[in-house]
Amino acid sequence: MCDHCGCSTPSSPHSHSHAHERAHTHSQDRGHHHHHDRDEERRTIALHQSLMAKNDRLAEQNRGFFKGRGTLALNIVSSPGSGKTAILEATLRALQDDYKMATIVGDLATDNDAARLRATGAPSIQITTGTVCHLDAHMIQHAIEDLGRAPLDLLFIENVGNLVCPAGFDLGEDVRVVVTSVTEGEDKPQKYPSIFQNADIVLVNKIDLAEAVGYDRKRALEILRNAAPGALILELSARTGAGLDAWYNLLRARIRAKVGTEARH
Amino acid sequence: MHEFGIAESLLNTALETAARAEASKIEQVNLRIGLLAGVVEEALTFAFEALSEDTPAQGARLVIEPIPVTCYCETCAAFFEPPRGSYRCPTCQAPSRSVKSGRELQLISIEVS
Ligand SMILES: Nc1nc2c(ncn2[C@@H]2O[C@H](COP(=O)(O)OP(=O)(O)OP(=O)(O)O)[C@@H](O)[C@H]2O)c(=O)[nH]1
Ligand SMILES: [Mg+2]
Ligand SMILES: [Zn+2]
Repeated sequence: MCDHCGCSTPSSPHSHSHAHERAHTHSQDRGHHHHHDRDEERRTIALHQSLMAKNDRLAEQNRGFFKGRGTLALNIVSSPGSGKTAILEATLRALQDDYKMATIVGDLATDNDAARLRATGAPSIQITTGTVCHLDAHMIQHAIEDLGRAPLDLLFIENVGNLVCPAGFDLGEDVRVVVTSVTEGEDKPQKYPSIFQNADIVLVNKIDLAEAVGYDRKRALEILRNAAPGALILELSARTGAGLDAWYNLLRARIRAKVGTEARH
Repeated sequence: MHEFGIAESLLNTALETAARAEASKIEQVNLRIGLLAGVVEEALTFAFEALSEDTPAQGARLVIEPIPVTCYCETCAAFFEPPRGSYRCPTCQAPSRSVKSGRELQLISIEVS
C-alpha cells in the first residue's frame, strides 16, 4: 500500500490493449493502402516533460517531510568500497550522545551494511534494490515510514555504491556527500562529472593509505576543486579517525543552520 | 543500469499518450538529454527496444538531441560551455557552481500514426 505515490495503482497496460484494438479496426476500414495511410496519418504529439518528474515530485515531498521534522538528511554516494559505511559507523558512535540519528542503506543484495550500522545502536533501514543501481525518492519515502515517528536530527542515506546512476535521483536530501578514497586514483572526478558537479561535501577517505598508494594530493585536490566547484572538501580516515572531527563539526554546523532556519519561519 | 527505469517511464508515458490520442503505432520518440544527465544513449535505446516489444511502440525510433553543459559566471555575467571535468569560467577562471543546462532528461514529443 502506498498512499503518497499510488504505487499500487494498476496503470498503463490496460489502455495499451485498447489502443491496439482500435488500431485494428482502423486498418481494416481502410483496406490495402496500409503504408501510405500511415504516412499521411503520422502526427506529432508535443509533451515537453521531464522523465524525472515523478522522482522529483516525491523528492520534494521527502524534503517537506524532513523540514517539518527538523531532520537534516544526507545522501551519501561513492564508488563501491570507498568507505561510506565505515565513515557512518564512526559518525554514529561519535555523535550518539548529541543527536537522534538513523540510517537508510541501499544495497544490491545484502543486509551487511545495515547490520554494521545497527550495531552502533542507531536504527537502520535496509533497502535491497536488486538489480537497481541507485536509490530513488520513492524508496526513501517508504523507508521513512518504516522509521516511524520518533524525533530525528540526522538521517544518513547510504546510497548504492555507484558513481553514475545515483547522480540523477534527488532523494529530497539537504546535503549530498560524495565519498572518494585515495586508493581510487586522482582523476575519479573527471570520469564521473555528473555526480561531483553538484556535491555539497566531498570526503576524501583512507588518507592513512595515501603514502602507500603514492597519492598525488596536490593534483587530486586541484581536480576535485574543478569538478566539484561548490563542495567543501575534507580529507579523513575512517580507519585512524584522522580528520573526522572536522566532519563532525561540519555536521553540527549544518544541523544548527537547518534548525535555526526552521525556527525563524 | 538506471537506463532501464528511465526507459520504462518513457515507454509508459509514450504508450499512455498514444492511447489517449487513439493512435495505433508510435513511430518515433524525440528526447533531449543533457550531457550531465548520466544517461548512456546505447543503454537507453537497448532498454527501450527490449521493453517496447509487443507494444504499439515496438520498432519506434528514439531520436536523442544532446544538450551541452552550460554554466553561468556571476563575475562576468556570462554563460559558458565548460570543458569536461571542470567548471571554471574561461574568462576569469572562477569556478561556477551554477549549471544552467546539461542535466535535462526530457521527453519532447512522440510521433504516432
Ligand atoms: N585503510 C583504510 N581502510 C578503510 C577506510 N575506510 C574504509 N576502509 C575499508 O574499506 C573497505 C570498504 O569500506 P566500506 O565502509 O564497506 O565501504 P562502502 O563505501 O560502504 O562500500 P559499499 O557499501 O560496498 O559500496 C572496508 O574493508 C573498510 O574497512 C580507511 O579510512 N582506511
Ligand atoms: Mg557500504
Ligand atoms: Zn567569469
